Amino acid sequence: MGLQAYLTLSAVVFCLGLFGTVTRRNTVGILLGIELMLNAVNINFVAFSRFRGVDTGMVFTLFAICITVAEVALGLAIVILLFRMRKTATADHIDWLKG
Amino acid sequence: MAPVTLELIALLLPAASFVLIAVLPPLRRSGKGAAWFSIACIVASFVSAILGWRAVNGEHGGEAIHAAWSWLPSAQGSFATIGVLLDWQSTTMLLLVTLVASLVQIYSTCYLSDEPAPALGRYYALQSLFAFSMMGVVLAPNLLQLFICWELVGICSCLLVGFWYRKPEAARAALKAFWITKAGDVGLLIGIVLLHGATGTFDLVELRHLAETNAIPLAGLSVMTFCIYLGAMGKSAQFPLHVWLPDAMEGPTPVSALIHAATMVTAGVYLLTRLDWLFALTPGVLAFVAWNGAFTALLAAILACVQTDIKRVLAYSTVSQLGYMMAAIGAGFAGAGFLHLLTHGIFKALLFLGAGAVIHAVGSNDVADMGRLAKKMPQTALVFVVGTLSLAGVPLFAGFVSKEEVLGAVWAGGFAVPFLLLLLAAFLTAFYMFRIVFLAFFGSSRRSVIGHRSSDIGHPGDSHDTAHHGHGAGSLAHAHDAPWLMTGPLWVLALIAMAIGIYLTLHVPVPEFESPMWLTPSAVVVSLSGILLAWLTYQRRAISADRLASAFGPIRYAALRKFWLDDLFLAIYRSVLLTFARVIGWLDRYFVDGILNVVSAWTLEGGDRLRRMQTGKVQDYVWALGFGLLALMAWIGVAW
Repeated sequence: MGLQAYLTLSAVVFCLGLFGTVTRRNTVGILLGIELMLNAVNINFVAFSRFRGVDTGMVFTLFAICITVAEVALGLAIVILLFRMRKTATADHIDWLKG
Repeated sequence: MAPVTLELIALLLPAASFVLIAVLPPLRRSGKGAAWFSIACIVASFVSAILGWRAVNGEHGGEAIHAAWSWLPSAQGSFATIGVLLDWQSTTMLLLVTLVASLVQIYSTCYLSDEPAPALGRYYALQSLFAFSMMGVVLAPNLLQLFICWELVGICSCLLVGFWYRKPEAARAALKAFWITKAGDVGLLIGIVLLHGATGTFDLVELRHLAETNAIPLAGLSVMTFCIYLGAMGKSAQFPLHVWLPDAMEGPTPVSALIHAATMVTAGVYLLTRLDWLFALTPGVLAFVAWNGAFTALLAAILACVQTDIKRVLAYSTVSQLGYMMAAIGAGFAGAGFLHLLTHGIFKALLFLGAGAVIHAVGSNDVADMGRLAKKMPQTALVFVVGTLSLAGVPLFAGFVSKEEVLGAVWAGGFAVPFLLLLLAAFLTAFYMFRIVFLAFFGSSRRSVIGHRSSDIGHPGDSHDTAHHGHGAGSLAHAHDAPWLMTGPLWVLALIAMAIGIYLTLHVPVPEFESPMWLTPSAVVVSLSGILLAWLTYQRRAISADRLASAFGPIRYAALRKFWLDDLFLAIYRSVLLTFARVIGWLDRYFVDGILNVVSAWTLEGGDRLRRMQTGKVQDYVWALGFGLLALMAWIGVAW
């Protein structure tokens, strides 16, 4: 398979993630969407790294995965706190910043 | 030590004293501690000034020493310098300033002993600042430094006049003193700036060199010298800006002695003496100075005759004597004016401090509350009479030679009418001063004999009750001589006044002009006849004071209302200034504020509409982010 196939996969995953982020009511779902988008980026990194024969992309991906883990931990913690305070995990109900 | 070092020590000691008292609250709140610290500094300063005077006038033979350091650097070297200019005039004036300041500060410890400690600390901080600023004026080598110190003495005067700031009259008098002298100071500043524009320098030595080589363009010079004279007019209380000085008597009496008799009010005369070579180039302005000086001298002498407040009599007398000095300068003989400045500084400080001792003992400023004090306060009476004889110009006393010099100078300058005005003023001077002496120290205290109580004048500004000082046993019955801290300075000044008088009578200074032979006898006769009239009226009562008053009915009526000058100023203030202020206020309220209100209303309205953009929902922001990114990319794509 050529590079194009990987990039197409990556684009599809990114779009799924974006769609999920924008449309899901539940904040956990939004977090999942963000994860999908990040993974799409990782696929891009690995694919380019493989096809250009440079290892930098691989290393970068490892870092990205680590940071993603931390980010998810933070994101979930925020969601849990929000749920405790407002008794809801629905994104539409959390609008403290409404002008 | 070098003369410059000595004079710098003299200059900076009071400044150090002021700074320390101001920044160390425990020292200031200690009151007496601050007082003695300040006195130690000013006395050391006086000693240093004496040594410096000897160094400058003895070893250097009176040659001017110019020591200046660069202050504001500019492309052409130095825009302005600070430093000292030491010559006969400045060092002698410095002696007068430090001497009177030392004596006044010592005297004040007793005079203000009833004040709370923090107020006393404030008083001495201001006294030190005043001493420093006045010395700054005296020693200034350039007009810019002189102007800065000039303003400093003005603010010190304002703060010290308003020392009892809880008293409304004192607060008002302080502001009046400040604003009226300020009006003149604006003229001074304009004059200095114009002069710098014409010559490119502030420096007195350079200016003098330019003036003597005729390198100063004469076009417009009259405007500059007149502006400088305006500053002197405000400070030295010349007509019509003299109205602040009598009101400034609301301050403590030692302050009046130092600031409003011996030093600050003479700053204007000193400035003109300093710049006599510049004024010599503009004879028109000089003639105006002479005429106005003589007119002021007579006007103030008339005003002094109807006052019953002992300090106000002395204040008008100061205005009158400043008129003498100005007249001599205007006649072109600044030396005579300067001599009168020095002698006047001594004996007027003496008179004020003597009056202070009387007020301290009696608890009132009004001569109607005094009488036969010579028996109760023999020392005070004696020194007061010495001061009065000096002021009246009786031979062998300090004022005699200097006043005669002034009269001779005005005559020699060819000003016949001002000369006659001054001669009349000399007669009145002797009369009003001895009126006070006879009423307060020798005659009885029956109020009716004075004939013009403030109550029948119907002018509330004329009656001044200073009983609020709370000076212990302040009544006529218990009056007695003040403690030695107060009488000491009086004796020192009295002895100096007599010593100067005797010295000057024996070694008459070689005048720069020829006085006619009849001048001395006529001056003596005039002053003696003034004394005689006062004696006949107020001591022997051979002439009824009421009859005398009614003989000069219209003049007396006008004088009691201060020739309507205060009313005139008030009317100008009300009609011109207040109307102008109302117009400006209307413009501000409805025009300037209107623009600002419209702008702020628009901002509020716009903000209120824009806030709806913020939904607070996280997914809306994701959409906005996405479209924003797309728009950015599209824009970049189009741009390339």
